[in-house]
This record gives sequence, C-alpha cells and structure tokens, in this order.
Amino acid sequence: MTQYIIRRLLQMIPITLGILTLIFSLIHLIPGDPAVQIAGEGARPQDVQQIRKALGLDEPLWKQYVTYLNKIAHGDLGRSFRTNESVAKEIAARYPATIQLAFGAMFVALLVAFPLGIVSAIYRNSWIDNVARFFALIGVSMPSFWFGPLLIIAFAINHPWFPVSGREEGFKSIVLPSLTMGLALAAILTRMIRVSLAEELNQLYVTTAIAKGVARSKAIFRHALKNALIPVITILALQFGSLLTGAIITEQIFSWPGLGRLLIQSITTRDYPQVQASILVIALTYILVNFASDLLYGVVDPRIKLE
Amino acid sequence: MKRLLKNFAFTSGLILTVVLVLAALAAPALAPYDPNVQDTMRRLEAPSHQHPLGLDDLGRDVLSRVIFGARVSLRVGFSVVILASLVGVTLGAMSGYFGGAVDVIVMRLCDILLAFPGILLAIALVAVLGPSLNNVILALAIIGWVGYARLVRGQVLKVREMEYVTAAKALGAKSPRVIIRHVLPNVINPVIVMATLGLAGAILSEAALSFLGLGVQPPTPSWGAMLTAGRRYLGLANHLAIFPGAAIMLAVMGLNFLGDGLIDALDPKYRKLIR
Repeated sequence: MTQYIIRRLLQMIPITLGILTLIFSLIHLIPGDPAVQIAGEGARPQDVQQIRKALGLDEPLWKQYVTYLNKIAHGDLGRSFRTNESVAKEIAARYPATIQLAFGAMFVALLVAFPLGIVSAIYRNSWIDNVARFFALIGVSMPSFWFGPLLIIAFAINHPWFPVSGREEGFKSIVLPSLTMGLALAAILTRMIRVSLAEELNQLYVTTAIAKGVARSKAIFRHALKNALIPVITILALQFGSLLTGAIITEQIFSWPGLGRLLIQSITTRDYPQVQASILVIALTYILVNFASDLLYGVVDPRIKLE
Repeated sequence: MKRLLKNFAFTSGLILTVVLVLAALAAPALAPYDPNVQDTMRRLEAPSHQHPLGLDDLGRDVLSRVIFGARVSLRVGFSVVILASLVGVTLGAMSGYFGGAVDVIVMRLCDILLAFPGILLAIALVAVLGPSLNNVILALAIIGWVGYARLVRGQVLKVREMEYVTAAKALGAKSPRVIIRHVLPNVINPVIVMATLGLAGAILSEAALSFLGLGVQPPTPSWGAMLTAGRRYLGLANHLAIFPGAAIMLAVMGLNFLGDGLIDALDPKYRKLIR
C-alpha cells in the first residue's frame, strides 16, 4: 500500500508539471502582444511597458518559465491586476464557498440516489423502476444552466421560499444551487446503485442467506448492499472532482461567491494572474481528489490489487 | 435496421436528431421572422399567436432565434467532432501501430489533458484566445481528441497482431497502407459511436461556454447565450430562459439516445470502451 501511494505520488509530479506548463503558456497564447491586450486598446506606451515588466514578459521565455515555477513552489501565485492584492488571498476567501456547494450537491445526490437506486434494484422492471430510470435519463440530459433557472422560477419567484441568488441567507441560500448541481450526480448514482445492487442480488450468497432463513430485508441490506457499494463509492469520489468544475456554471447561475465565479469574473476583467491562479487551484484540487478516490478504492475493497 | 427502429430510445433519438438537422438546414424557410430584427417597443412580450415563443429583451422573435440557434449548435458540434476525431484517430492509430517513442509522447500528452478537467481547459483557452465561434470549436477540439486517440490506440493494439495485418505486411504493404486499408476499417465502429455521443457533448459544452459569456457573441443566436439573457429576466419574462434551454436538452437527449441505440445495434461491448 505504502509503495503504491509513493508510486502514485511520483506519477503526479509530471502531470502537475504538465499542468503548470499549460497554465504558464496561457498568457503567451493571447493573440498579439499580451501586454497591449491586457492594458487595453489605446493604452499609453508607459503603461504597456509597466505591465510587460510586471509580468516579466520582457525576459526570455525560459527565464519566465523558471521564475514562474519558482514562485509557485514558494506559494506565490501572483498579484491581481484589479486589486493589486495577492491572488491567493482572494482564492482563500472564495474556496470554502465552492467546497460547501460541492458537499451540498453531494448530499442531495445521495439523498435521492440511495432510496431510488435500492428500490428500483429490488423491484426491477416494475413501474417504480421505470420511473427511476426515466428520472436518471432526464437527470443526465438536463443542463444545469437550464435546471437552475427553472428552479429559480419555481421556488424563488413563483413560490418565494428560497433566495434567487447569493449566499447571505445561510442554509436557505444553498438549497437551490445544491439541487442544481446535485441532479446530474443523483442520476448517475441512481443508475450505478441499481445496476450494482441488482448484480449482487443475483449472487448465490444472497440466495443462500435467504434459504438459511435470513430475513429478505436483512439479506438485501446487510449482505448485498455492502458489496454493491464498492463501485458506488469510487464513482462518488471521482465525481467530486467534476462537481468542482460543475460549480463554475452553478455559481454563475446563482451568483454564488465561489472559485468558479471568481474565475469567470477575472476572465471578464482580463485579470490574468487571477485567472491563472484560479485554474491552477481548481485543477490541483481535482487531481488530489482523484488521487484520494483511487486510494479509497483499495481500502473499501481489499480484493483489488493496487498496481 | 428493423430491430433498431423497434428500440424506442433509438427511434425517438433519430426523430429528435432529424428535427434538429432539418431546423438547422432549413432555418431561413422555417423561421417565421428574421432572428435579428428588433421591435424594441414590444420587448419581453409573452408568447402569443403571432409569436408562439414570445419576444426577447430586444424584441426579437424567440422561436426564430431558437430555430437559427440549431445552426450554431450543429456547426460547433460537427466541426468539433470532425477535428477531434481526425486528430485523435490519426494520433491514436500511429501510437498503437508504431509504439515506442510516438506512443509514449502521445499517451503522456493524453494523461496531462485528462488530468485537467475538460471544461476548465476549454474555459482557459477561450479566455486567452478571446470569445468567438471558431475559438470555441478549437478549444473543444483540443480537449476532445484525447478520447478518440485512446480508443483507437487500444483497438489498434489488438488488431495489429491479427493475421491479415501480418499478411499485408508480408506482401510488402507499407505502414500507411496497412493502417488505412487494413487496420482502421476494423476499428472504426466504436469511433462512430463515440462521435455521435461527442456531438451531444460538444453541443452541451458550446451552450455552457456561451452561457458563461465565453462563446458565440451577439447578435448570433446561440441557445447558451440566449439562456444568459433569459437569466436576467427571470420572473419578468420566463419564456426567455425556458425555450432555449428546452432546445438544448432535446438536442442533447436526442443525440445521446441515438448513440446509445447505435451501441446496442453494433456491439454492446462498446459501452465499456467508450465510457
């Protein structure tokens, strides 16, 4: 296990380096002279020169790259063009909101998927199974940037139970964004749980347990469900990463003050250091979460050899 | 084919897709109004007999804009799928067939692109390249080719060892000929399925980028951009958000059904390959 962790950590080094290189290159992909683009059309030459210098764009490329990596290694993500504050500070202020939203969405997904998935696995091909499958289908096809506004119309405007946007009203504020983001995940999980549990219910050990006089409910919940959960847990952990990117859109719909909204705001204001840092933090979190989910896989199912 | 049509999901997918393609092709004939003509006196007017889906924030006919929006969606969808599959299939085939350094470079590149959440990379690329239809296509193709490359590489690795490939080589066929005439035709089916599903994905991503203000720029009618405008008038004019969103969902659902039906028809094993 330790060996596996070390090897996976080592594998993460080139990937992280690749991502850093990608993010570093972003600023050089700006068409034309990035300094002119950032300063805006018709900016004074001395302003352009100042930006060029501030970004180190007057240095040779390799030197810029080394400086960039060196700064990142020391935790210096740069300064915002807009506020001239450390971008890390802004990110730290926004990060908890995004994580909170991701957990909210996951909670919603679990709340919906478990009962629905279990019931439809037990009563396969019944009407309730068909309802669950139809729900799963709608859930994966419904774009969040449509579902969100529909929720707002229904539960914030027509029935003003929840706020339209923002994060000021505590629990009430997080309900609609979590539903928006959780729907797709709920649909995926429902499908997973149904397939996985149905497979286990067909196994001989369940039949044996029932034949030996174990109550059917116990056979399902104590024996089959335990095993059925293994693939579900992995999917859950893997999906947590995609929740982070899903947050970019959901936060925009509900003006939720998280990392995703920060990213889009900085893109609109051409605050490139803030853009680069936000992307870096989202990408690194994503990689770390996926790494953790890989490890989790081995823990919940010792049969799986971590290779 | 008969068996395919019996499949409810495939049939409804096919119908939805045909409607989508027709709407895009015949948009000028189908749309009751010019999608860009403004009637500012009648801004945000609710659906009526004259304007079945109402008017938008600039007094443009929403139905006409939804119909023309199909053009943008399909243009992005097809361009992305063609670009991504061409690059992906070529690199994947070379990677699988030749192995060695080519393989290592292509696969490491894939690893890095896969480690990066797709939509995030697309956002980043469009952010620096500037929002436009072509840049959206480029960004989505850059993140899209990886899937095809990995799929084709895996298939080629299997096919490469087949006797007919050895035979072709023994008869003196050169590598490009072996790949194009003997290897690719045998790995193309899953690629077709992936492309159908990829079309849905590209349409959804374009809508997402346009929704974030990073896609197609006004006044071009794009479903995602229409939703952004609609979001501002929630409560005042809900039809602005409801109809473009419904169009996106129906298009994506149709293509997904079609792709799923194709999997069942061609080979259910593809499901594992593609996911």
